[in-house]
Amino acid sequence: MEIPKSFLGYKRENGRSGTRNHVIILPVDDISNACAEAVANNIKGTIALPHSYGRLQFGADLELHFRTMIGTGKNPNVAAVIVIGIEPKWTKRIVDEIAKTGKPVEGFHIERTGDIGTIMKASKKAQEFSQWASEKQREECPLSDLWISVKCGESDTTSGLASNPTVGNLMEKLEPFGVHLCFGETSELTGAETVCAARGATPEAKDKFMKTWNAYNDFILKEATDDLSESQPTAGNIAGGLTTIEEKAFGNFQKIGKLKFIDVLEPAEEPKKGKGLYFMDTSSAAAECVTLQAAGGFNIHLFPTGQGNIIGNPIEPVVKLTANPLTAKLMKEHVDCDVSKILSRQMNLSQAGDELIKTMLRVANGRLTCAEALGHKEFVMTKLYRSA
Amino acid sequence: MSQPDLIIHDEKDNVGVVVIETTKKGQECNAWIMENDKTINVNSTNAIPLGHKIALKDLKEGDTILKYGHDIGKVVKSIKKGEHVHVHNVKTKKW
Repeated sequence: MEIPKSFLGYKRENGRSGTRNHVIILPVDDISNACAEAVANNIKGTIALPHSYGRLQFGADLELHFRTMIGTGKNPNVAAVIVIGIEPKWTKRIVDEIAKTGKPVEGFHIERTGDIGTIMKASKKAQEFSQWASEKQREECPLSDLWISVKCGESDTTSGLASNPTVGNLMEKLEPFGVHLCFGETSELTGAETVCAARGATPEAKDKFMKTWNAYNDFILKEATDDLSESQPTAGNIAGGLTTIEEKAFGNFQKIGKLKFIDVLEPAEEPKKGKGLYFMDTSSAAAECVTLQAAGGFNIHLFPTGQGNIIGNPIEPVVKLTANPLTAKLMKEHVDCDVSKILSRQMNLSQAGDELIKTMLRVANGRLTCAEALGHKEFVMTKLYRSA
Repeated sequence: MSQPDLIIHDEKDNVGVVVIETTKKGQECNAWIMENDKTINVNSTNAIPLGHKIALKDLKEGDTILKYGHDIGKVVKSIKKGEHVHVHNVKTKKW
């Protein structure tokens, strides 16, 4: 198949391109959710991103909170941002960082005004942003403007056999076009960690990966009461035939094909070494992982599933594929790309990779994903430890 | 290119994956090895559902299960060729 050289996206002020054109109402903290949701309810064409944290966090955990908030606002799938927090200082810090992209952003704080006054002020600005964004048109953007993140979920053995290798095939075909790529899931590489480390493109990348994985493993050994066998693999994984974390890890690892990764990112960190594949240190919980990747600036997501994970994200479209014929049949409304014919050998891996490229480009051009059509917008912050 | 009953990732593997809805007890299964495109036959001792693993040889306690050509865990209860391989007879080597 000849791969199209471009897609239709929204060009942003900082040179990036979006596959979506969201106006988001971003609460800084849990207690500002009500206000943010009220504004999104008032003004059509906006979306609130409620979440559970943002108060009394400190140290690396607070930095991650800010990085996630700021990165979400900066993502090119977002046209404009209203930030609402309880206090002015943290609100302003987020607004100032997002403003560096050049996109419209305005902050509101609730203290000394109350919800109702804040909702009124923020709604007026949100209306302005929404109408402004509604005039943006899709334009031809080079394929290299795609920043593609990947994560698998509710995996089973069909993931390792077919749907994850399909993503790997897509990566191998699109890497030469200069796209950014990102995989994560530190925990679910356990058992394949040395094989994965060997895929580092440089000694620094290899070393950074092993340090990241070891830090995770030390944490597990310290916190686990027994072992992780209740969570890794999950009950869904086991029902699907996956027996051990090692088996799951080698299946997971198929998603990067034969590529090497050029750098290791902190959770929600934006890549800075140019085109190519990055590893991001993330949880393997689907919504946490995709939220971090979206905050890292990725604008389209590929999600292979075995038993049928249904996750979506409010700003980054999540394209789902499965190779499990039962999932494709029983959960059809969640499956954007069915590659189950690989298992019956009616389709080979390269054909499946082509199908996935076509599906992904349709979504990049504007087609709603199943998760978007079904209203999935899981926005889940990663929390590193308890608050002060 | 007929539809396989089982798929094996790597020639070194001692397990294959069921890719039909279920195998039947005593069924002679046609297994496709992805790595070298060869085909072998294995008799399924039990009914094994889609996505689950079948032993390609006799395995004893302490043996290593190989899939993708890699170590994915240890045998904790002996397994005969053609039997279902899962959490009842295989455990992780981690933790």
